[in-house]
Amino acid sequence: MIRLLLEQLINGITLGSIYAIVALGFTLVFGVLGIINMAHGEIFMVGAFVGVMTTGVLGWPLWLSFIASIVVTAILGYLLERMTLRPLRGKKGVSHLAPLISTIGVSILLENLSHHIFGAGNKPFRTEFAEISIEFGQVTVYLVQIVIFVISIILMIGLSIWLSKTKAGKALRATAENLETASILGVDTKKIITLTVVIASAMGGIAGILVGMAFNSVSPQMGLAIGLKGLAIIILGGMGNVKGAMVGGLLLGLSETFLVAYGDSGYRDAIAFIMIILILLIRPQGIFGSKIAEGR
Amino acid sequence: MKKIMRKSLTIIAAMMLLLLAACSGENAETEGSTGGETGTLSAKIGVVSYLTGAGAAYGEAITQGLKLAQSEINEQGDVNIELVIEDSAGEAEQALSAAQKLMSDDEILAIIGPTLSTEFFAVAPEADLNGITIMGTSTTAEGVPEIGDYVFRNAIPEALAIPTAMEKAIERTGAKKVAMIYGNDDVLTQSGFDTMKKTAEEMGLEILTIETFQKGQSDYNAQLTKIKNAKPDLVLASALYNEGAVIMDQARKMGIDVPFVGGNGFNSPQVLEIAGDAANGLIVATPWFGESEETKVVDFNTKYEAEYGKLPDQFAAQAYDALYIYADALKRAGEADRESFHEALAETKDFEGLLGNFSFDEIGDVVMDVKVVEIKDGKFIEFE
Repeated sequence: MIRLLLEQLINGITLGSIYAIVALGFTLVFGVLGIINMAHGEIFMVGAFVGVMTTGVLGWPLWLSFIASIVVTAILGYLLERMTLRPLRGKKGVSHLAPLISTIGVSILLENLSHHIFGAGNKPFRTEFAEISIEFGQVTVYLVQIVIFVISIILMIGLSIWLSKTKAGKALRATAENLETASILGVDTKKIITLTVVIASAMGGIAGILVGMAFNSVSPQMGLAIGLKGLAIIILGGMGNVKGAMVGGLLLGLSETFLVAYGDSGYRDAIAFIMIILILLIRPQGIFGSKIAEGR
Repeated sequence: MKKIMRKSLTIIAAMMLLLLAACSGENAETEGSTGGETGTLSAKIGVVSYLTGAGAAYGEAITQGLKLAQSEINEQGDVNIELVIEDSAGEAEQALSAAQKLMSDDEILAIIGPTLSTEFFAVAPEADLNGITIMGTSTTAEGVPEIGDYVFRNAIPEALAIPTAMEKAIERTGAKKVAMIYGNDDVLTQSGFDTMKKTAEEMGLEILTIETFQKGQSDYNAQLTKIKNAKPDLVLASALYNEGAVIMDQARKMGIDVPFVGGNGFNSPQVLEIAGDAANGLIVATPWFGESEETKVVDFNTKYEAEYGKLPDQFAAQAYDALYIYADALKRAGEADRESFHEALAETKDFEGLLGNFSFDEIGDVVMDVKVVEIKDGKFIEFE
């Protein structure tokens, strides 16, 4: 019984860590730009496909495909900001919903593009790394699961330190606080915003390649489901909050897993989202959110 | 003899041309545009298929199978078939509006599709009401041909396929305790599950646990951990291959090494692509055995691979056969008329298709032999 519990705990933490990394990307963009980047899930999917292609077709080693994935998704992030978000920013008469719609457009474009390039259906992610496991007594833990957890923790801590200690991080927070004031005070807000979107997208790419490794299932449609979960998590954790994204992600992953383990797997998503509604009724600003919807 | 035949054919064709021309000006135009060959009988077939979204792989296979059959049939020259393909996106509402669009076009002779049983249950009653023949090529759920007089299918119903596969699997492995996993948001996998459960109960098997999943899910570890700890002799999985292959992969990694018995939708060479060695031990009953050495199967494989760069699965094969069955009925009907086409199709008997000897029973359901296959050493072989 204990063994079952431990195994399910590991499953839940793995899933939760992935959710958390996706949510970190969401929360970063929201914190700075105040918009929800609906294309994030699809950037995540592209990251996973870059992993599949580089390891499977080109036979690159894993570390190299990690870098490839980060580079490709970072470029996508740059293009997203440069071509679809910046032209809409600060213009008179542009609805505040316009950037949201334009990210939805990008998400549909990316999904259909990869559908055309890679075809429909699941693609396998073959890497020997995914086979390595460690036995703790009777419990089997896969190295991938540990790596996912560690990477998510590193990303969270790294992001927190970067935001609070470095100059760029401070500039980013100033931009999040107030775009105009920050720009008057000499912060190159254009650069900061671009940097934010690029970093967020690269994190999506990392999450994508990790999911590919852990679950061996990559398809053009995978972005949508994970995107919705990521969205739910940042609302749960508090919009724009780094810690909230992490805790929210783990919470959702664990609760989904334990619902399957000790409840009925048919209600997995339903109950997970009912839980989110309940938490929001008690704490409308989310677990770590501040009362006013500002940066962080 | 030949000359007389040809002459009379030309006369009949010419008469039909006149008839068609009398029906509507538009029809005459279509006739003219197909090269003016007086010997050919032209018809437009509407297709509703799952072309975008999570299950687009099925629609892709189906339309590719149809197009291959279409080009062959048109080349043979007895009939000329034009396909009008609409996307259903896997949604019942969209399937219905796509089908309504097709049905309102008087030139559409009959319909093939939609892909999912869920969609089919929305579309078929409407087609039946309008007196348009509709045939499902992948709709294996229970109750499909019962919808109406104009409703047919050439997909093997789960109620026929699953018990055959389960009986054979249990005969060899001697399994007594089983675990079950199925997709609970699709009519096909749901009805496959119902059949599996019923058969398991009839066979006196002990069901240890029943797990569910949803379309497009990627993490099955929670369900599989539960199954692993229940220690079954056999896993009954009612899943489409896209999810099913990933489930097997994760199960094998976790150390579940018992055989899997799958439904119809689990049978595809893609399972090998996605799951690799993890697919070993999958047992399915199928109308389509791609590794068969029969000439027509080998020919089909070669042509399909040359055209689309991959091996066909059963969805492609069934769609391919479906169009041939339609063409055959059209030939026998002798005219592109909805009513006489329907009558001719219902009479289809001992049609020698890619999948074997095929007939419709009185309600339009399939009469044919089912094969049981398993994956061993990375390929499908006949189950013994």
